[in-house]
Amino acid sequence: MVERQTFASKFVPHLVLIVGVCIVAFPVYLALLASTYDAASVQTGKMTLVPGGQMIENYSRIIFSGTNSSTREPVGTMLLNSLIMALCVSLGKIAISLISAYAIVFFRFPFRMTAFWLIFVTLMLPVEVRIFPTYKIVVDLGLLDTYAGLTVPLIASATATLLFRQFFMTVPGELVEASKIDGAGPYKFFVDTLLPLSVTTIAALFVIQFIYGWNQYLWPLLITTRDSMQTVVIGIKKMITTQDALTEWQLAMATAVLALLPPVFVVVVMQKLFVKGLVETEK
Amino acid sequence: MDRRVMFGGKVLPYMLLLPQFTIVVVFFYLPAGQAVWQSFLLQDAFGISTEFVWFENYQELFTNPEYYRTMGTTAVFSALVAFLSLSCGLLLAVMADKQIKGATIYKTMLIWPYAVAPAVAGVLWLFMFQPSLGMLAKLLREWGIDWNPLLNGTHAMILVVLAATWKQISYNFLFFLAGLAAIPKSVIEAAAIDGARPVRRFWTIIFPLLSPTAFFLLVVNIVYVFFDTFGIIDSVTGGGPAGNTVTMVFKVYYDGKLGSDLGGSAAQSVVLMLIVIALTAIQFRFVERKVQY
Repeated sequence: MVERQTFASKFVPHLVLIVGVCIVAFPVYLALLASTYDAASVQTGKMTLVPGGQMIENYSRIIFSGTNSSTREPVGTMLLNSLIMALCVSLGKIAISLISAYAIVFFRFPFRMTAFWLIFVTLMLPVEVRIFPTYKIVVDLGLLDTYAGLTVPLIASATATLLFRQFFMTVPGELVEASKIDGAGPYKFFVDTLLPLSVTTIAALFVIQFIYGWNQYLWPLLITTRDSMQTVVIGIKKMITTQDALTEWQLAMATAVLALLPPVFVVVVMQKLFVKGLVETEK
Repeated sequence: MDRRVMFGGKVLPYMLLLPQFTIVVVFFYLPAGQAVWQSFLLQDAFGISTEFVWFENYQELFTNPEYYRTMGTTAVFSALVAFLSLSCGLLLAVMADKQIKGATIYKTMLIWPYAVAPAVAGVLWLFMFQPSLGMLAKLLREWGIDWNPLLNGTHAMILVVLAATWKQISYNFLFFLAGLAAIPKSVIEAAAIDGARPVRRFWTIIFPLLSPTAFFLLVVNIVYVFFDTFGIIDSVTGGGPAGNTVTMVFKVYYDGKLGSDLGGSAAQSVVLMLIVIALTAIQFRFVERKVQY
């Protein structure tokens, strides 16, 4: 910059950012703290800003045996359910959107534009506006309390198809011609040429969709009736709305930490892919 | 869509589209159609007989003062969350865009809340402000504020707004940062040479150039508040106290589930669908314009 840097112009950005980082981190820090205390200290508000000594007890209890509240399922099971759901949703979405975008971009067939528009319009129908009829269909298909019922209705996504379509359209036509001259059919072109080119886009989409699948709330709330099927995000909500006993906040907070750790880890470790995925799926 | 299409094939393209189509038809078009159809039906209390009643469900909906209250709550909630998260995101992005040490570390430390589930975010904030044991609630008490989000509707609203804002700042921060990076430095330097101070440069040059990003984010934030905050509200207040934090999506869910007023709930779904269609249309007009310039 052409201006001389004053003390204030150097200092103020750091101050604002540090305050911002602290405010953003504080709720999670407090949850971490609470998960290291015993029930009585948390319940009476005697918790301080220094960690307590119950961390290992709390976490091992919550992961392997669960709470005394309305959901008694160990959090280990819930985490596994969440992982299965997140993986099925993200990988399923990628798989079906890849092939349908491939069909739309690289094939000539009647009703191609109709197909595109039929997929495109589903952007305007989020789960929330068709929740009960969709629920009824899942019940009629006998998919209540199954992983299929939990994930398949969330798999169809216009955003992923649009993203792949956009990316495929940037692939030069010469590449297709070259592989045709080499005698490659649609299958060989897809596997040998298109997939290797799409790796970054696929990875970026995976990061976004993994978070999306892990964080689902309304859908698993309806579709899981048995405790053994519920995801960790549902489990934690049930822990704090218990009628028969006092909420065990230290355990609920330990669960919250476990529930937010995997998606946050994915974002921090794959930050570049995450930013790419976020920016591209929204536009 | 006008690129040269390379492969023919009579069956293959349809086979490739089949999985997506099956899911889209079974889980999108069928239920959406059913929601529209159901909104014209009236079911008796036992679910035995159903009657086609034209627009009676809608009429009832739009003469019901409670529905207007829900709309008002949704509007206030959206406006507050959008305003707060956009301004905080912008402030942090402007600061992080300066050439300072550790900019990447700050960035990492600010974007992770995006990955926290709304329901979990709600639980974290409830824990801080829970009237009997929350650390910040105790602080408020000591300052003489009779803080109780479990009984006071305004306090409950403040709490869900804070939780929703906390989660959304990172998203807005990222997009503003990308918007700022796209502004050519030469423009800003030219203004600096002309003697414009940083604050003036921000309002006369940077802010107008950011307005497309801001507008895009505004629409996205409204969609976020409408749909994704269900988990926050359900875990923090459950719509209470006395229905003070019931948003439109929340009402669709509880009317359909607890009240079993399926016709009324379906009519509300259709209203929401129209709102989403309007918002998506606005968003795409905007994207179109941006692509053309």
